[in-house]
This record gives sequence, structure tokens and C-alpha cells, in this order.
Amino acid sequence: MTPKPKAAKAKAAKARPAGTNVSKPTLSPKGRASNPTLSPEGRGQGEGIRSLTVWQHRVPLRVHVRGRGPAVVFFHGPWGLTWGPFLDALAQRFTVYAPEHPGTAAGEPDAIQHVDNLWDLVLCCDEVLAQLGLRDVNLVGHSFGAMVACEVAALQPARVKRLVLIDPIGLWRDETPVVNWMLLAPADIPAHVFKNPDGAAAKALFALPEDPEGAALARTRLSWAMGATGKFIWPIPDKGLKKRIHRVTASTLLVWGADDRLVPRTYAKEFAGRLADSRLEVVAGAGHAPHLEQPEATARVVQAFLAG
Amino acid sequence: MKVSAFHLMPHRELPPDFERRHPSVWVTPPWWELADARRVGQYYNWTLDELLHAARAGFDGVCTNEHHQNAYGFMPSPNLMGSVLAKQTNGLDVAIVQMGMTLPTTSPPVRVAEEYGMLDCISGGRLVAGLPLGSPMDVNLAYGITPMEHRERYREAFELVLKAWQAKEIFAWNGKYFQLGQVNLWPRPIQEPHPPVWVPGSGSISTFDFATDHNVCYCFLSYAGARAASAMMDGYWDVVDKKGLERNPYRAGFLQLVAVSDTDAQAEADYARHVEYFYHKCLHVPAQWFAPPGNQDYRSLLAANRNPVRRAEDPKTLRYKDFVEKGYVIAGSPATVKERLIEEVIKRLHVGNLMILVQIGSMPHELTLQNIDLFAREVLPHLREIWDDKGWENHWWPQSLRATRAPVGAAR
Repeated sequence: MTPKPKAAKAKAAKARPAGTNVSKPTLSPKGRASNPTLSPEGRGQGEGIRSLTVWQHRVPLRVHVRGRGPAVVFFHGPWGLTWGPFLDALAQRFTVYAPEHPGTAAGEPDAIQHVDNLWDLVLCCDEVLAQLGLRDVNLVGHSFGAMVACEVAALQPARVKRLVLIDPIGLWRDETPVVNWMLLAPADIPAHVFKNPDGAAAKALFALPEDPEGAALARTRLSWAMGATGKFIWPIPDKGLKKRIHRVTASTLLVWGADDRLVPRTYAKEFAGRLADSRLEVVAGAGHAPHLEQPEATARVVQAFLAG
Repeated sequence: MKVSAFHLMPHRELPPDFERRHPSVWVTPPWWELADARRVGQYYNWTLDELLHAARAGFDGVCTNEHHQNAYGFMPSPNLMGSVLAKQTNGLDVAIVQMGMTLPTTSPPVRVAEEYGMLDCISGGRLVAGLPLGSPMDVNLAYGITPMEHRERYREAFELVLKAWQAKEIFAWNGKYFQLGQVNLWPRPIQEPHPPVWVPGSGSISTFDFATDHNVCYCFLSYAGARAASAMMDGYWDVVDKKGLERNPYRAGFLQLVAVSDTDAQAEADYARHVEYFYHKCLHVPAQWFAPPGNQDYRSLLAANRNPVRRAEDPKTLRYKDFVEKGYVIAGSPATVKERLIEEVIKRLHVGNLMILVQIGSMPHELTLQNIDLFAREVLPHLREIWDDKGWENHWWPQSLRATRAPVGAAR
């Protein structure tokens, strides 16, 4: 069951992280296109992709590691890991660890079959932190990944220094339901995730390659990523976080895209009302994924909070 | 050959602009705007009367099925209908074909084993036990089952039901989805070791394996006709061959829409608008709801994405003549219907258990009775003996009903 770490595969992945969406927007004010690859030059030690297995060796998963400084663990959202300018910016001051959700890494779709429920998933994440040797961490999560980050912070409150929740799910209000993106037509999803569905960030996440095989693979991975994350939130993303969130002691930054069409901003109040210490930053010009659509502005508030 | 009458129990009077005003016939159609409970009570009674009429007219079986939150076919409990049919057909050589109670949404699934046990007892051992996976609209959207758990949950429920029927001792079931400390089914079915099992499918390769591994009758429930189904059914028979099983036509079931009148022209005059109503309104569902993320395993999903040609054409672009020409509906004079059914469906697909959708869309009660009568009188007698010369045994039919049913005159 345990896949051996594949050196050649890891090397190839360094050149272009397979199965990872690479966003193209520029970050530098000088207009330099951000380097989407995990280039080893001038980086900290142990960078690249680390392959781990957790959960009695049943769940292989990959962690993208980059940067120098205190540890930040980033949990991605329902459409898979996108390493782009936002994480690049964090990696300038922190060591960013970005695990791929079970089943979403290329070549390992069935890993998700061994993670039965949210309790399993949260303990898997805990095992990932243990295997990475991270005792005191900052957690950053987006959407579904923010719910996971919040659960991990509730499980291990003493080990989480700071928590950043970007357009999180995990709570429910009948009056303002969270949109179930898994029921949307594929063509309608970009306009629900992004303020500008024609922008570079939306294209980086959702545009399909022109060759038919590449398009089939991309379509399959995207759907499978939604299924593998959706497993823990169907049909309503309220799976008991409201009963556990009081355990979180970390100072928390809530980040919301000003035009989130999936998770209304009123949920920021729901989170803030249940967290001991939190504040909200709203990012203009962004929908449900401000770290992809406005990476500079989002990185700025997150970095300031984590450093503060 | 065994030929059963199938009924969906649709809303028969949706407004002409229904599909333009509402996003879906399934999950979200507004009851208060579209339906009236007294009128719906009339639909249920017509449905029962039509199926009973088919039973008396000579059909070998009557089929009901389970769907939720829709105007396409709303028998949320097929067994409520099946119990009326079982009682009212006592004394007739007619199978009660439940196509059936949806396994993944019935908790605990021993409820399926119990209710089917009741139906088999009430009917004197005439039950065919359909054990369906259920559509994503029913199971994932209406009943909240996680798409990625849908099939695994089905497989566990299937094993539990089969064991509950047959176990001689009380047993504990320590499953992933269901835990029961002492399973001791009351009542057990009359048929031993258990009623014949049919598994409906929509062409998924994993279901071929499941059906052959469990030696059940695989039923392809398609609305696109035999021509569109031929590649799929060939795939099923390939799996049967590869596993070294006998190519017994009764191992397969197929659903076909049929509309009979005295002449082809009369059939068009009688049925065209009802057929178009069915394809344009009753199947009005957003395409993505048939496959929510996680519902298909990764390999099936990738295979589907690699072969977009497999996707069916949009029936909203077709009219009656297209539906007939393409074989979605076999309609016309008794001679036309007989010939097409035998050649295009029964022989081409190698099918022994045929289900006929006798009431289509908005088809009113009297016209449905006419369709049933003409089919039973003019078509059915020519189908009954099709596989007899080959000596196949229909292991997937109640033992007491396997002989050819004696001809029955039309009941009206």
C-alpha cells in the first residue's frame, strides 16, 4: 500500500508540479511574471514536494514545501491546490507547507476512499503536521480548506499560533444558505467563484487545455477534487464545527472577497461571534477566492497578520 | 419471453411553458404552483387502474419504481403501489415487478427486505425484487446521500438484504454504513432462497460487473431506444461471455416506450404530443445533476470525459417523427410495433425480460387503456414464444410463473 518516495517523479514535479493548477497573474509591482514552478535556487532547504503516507499507510498525499521562516500550513479549497503568487508571497517570509487533500494528487485518486468522515480527515491532517515535525504552526485555509484548518485548530488549540480563514465554510444559516457549487453547471462555476470569471485567475483555475486528452484529465481532476472535498460537506457544510469552534484559542483573521457569491459575507459574523479573538478583512475586487483573484492585496493582509 | 407493463406515474398536465419557466422537472419543481393534491390522487388511481388493466389484459408483469421530488414520476414509495397490485392480481399469473425500492436511501436497508417479504407473502410468491442504486437526483439531491458514498452504500445494503432473506440464524451486521445487532427478518419471502433480483442500470460498466458477479438480471432503463443501447448491451454480453456465464437472454431486461394504434398515421395523431411532452418536459433536468462530483469513480469519470460522443443528444431538439425514427419510441400499427420490437429490441439486444412503458408523459387514461389493449391483443401474442425454441430457463422470474402465460383476451 505504501508508495515509495519516487525521486524521479519528485524531480519532474519540481519543474512543473503535476496536477497542480498554476495561476498566472503577476505579483511584483515591476510587472515581473511570477515564477509558477518550484525553483530550487535561493530557496530554503527541503523545498519541493514531499510525499507522505498517513492513516495506517493507506493515504498517500503530497505536501508542497517552499520558503523560509516560521511554518505556515495552507489548506486548499474544493478545486485543488493552486500554487500561485499568493503562496509565493507568503513563502518570502514563511516556510509554506501546502498539503494536497487526499485523492486530489495526480495518480492517487483512490486515497480518498480510506478517509471515511470528517473526524478521519482532521486526524489525517494532524498526522501530516506530526510527520512534518511541525509543533507550532500558523494555519491558513481557503473555503473548504478553511473549515479543515478551523477543525485542526479546534483539535490542537495549543499548537496553532495564528489562524487565517479565507472565505471559510463550515457554518450554516437557513436565511443565507451557502451555494452548493457541486450542483452548478461546469460553465457556471467560474462566475460563482470569481468576481471576474474572464480574468487570469479564473482562467488559471478553470480553463481547459486545448488537446482533448489534457482537457479530459483537467475536467476529471476538477470534478474529482470537488467530489473528494464534497464528501465531507454534502449536502450542507455544517458538520458540527459550531460545537467545536469554541476550542480555538488562536488569534484569527477572517478574509472575505467583497463579492463572494458562494458564501455570503454574513458568515463572517457567524465565525467572529464564535471565535475568541478575530477580525475581518474584506478584499475588494474578489469573489470566493481573493487569494487567487487579488493575490497581492490578500497576501499583504495575511502577511501583516501572521507577522504581527 | 416475459413482457411487463411499466409505469412512472408522471404529472400528466404540466403547463405548455413548463420547461421554459422552470429549471428542472426534478428536485425543484414548485408543488404549489404546478400540482393539486386531489388531482394527483386521481393520477395515482389511474396509474393503479392502468397497471391492473395490463395485468388482466395479458401482460406477464407490472412494474413500479421509486423517485422523489419530481413531476416526472412520483411514486416515492413503490411498495405502496405494489401492495395494491399484489392484492388485486391474486389469482392471475402476473409478476409484481418492483423496480424498485432504492437501497442507498432506505435506512436500515433491512426495511427493503421486510417490505419485499410482505409483498412476496401477499402475492403468493409473485415478486420480482428490483434492487436499484437510485438516480443522483433522488439519492444525492433529494435524499442527501453523499455522492462519493452512493455506490459503496448500495453495495453494502445489497449484501445485507440478500443475507437477511436467507440467513437461518440471527446475525449481527457490523457494516460501514449500517450496524444492526440482531437481524432476524420477519416476514421471509415465500420464494426460496429469495425472490429473483433485478438490478436496473444506465450503462455504467461497473454495474455490468456487479450484475454478473451476483448473477442477477441486468436491466437497462433507457429512454433513447434500442439503437442507442446496442453498444451498451453488447458490452454487457461481452462481460457475460468473459465470465463464462451462459448467454441466457433472461439475464437482461430492457425498457422500451411503445405506442400502438390501428395505423402508423393514427399513432402519430394519437400519441405525438404525449411523446413530445415526455421528452421535452419529463426529462427536463440540468445535465450536471446526473453526475454530481464523486458519484462516479475516478476511472469511469475519466472514461466518460474522454468519450464525449457517448453523451446522448438533447431530446429537446427532437420531435415525434425523430423519436420514432430513432427508436426512442416504437410507435405505429400493431404490425409496425411487432416487427420493430422483435428485430430492433428483443433480438438485437438479446433480451428476455422486456418492460413496456405503456403510459407516456401526458397520455390520458382512456388512451393509455387503448394502448394497453392493442398491445396485449395484437402485439404481445407474437412475442411470448420468442426464446422458447432455445430452451432457456428464466431464472430471474418467479418459479411459479415461468411457463408461458395462457392467452388472455383484452379485458375491455
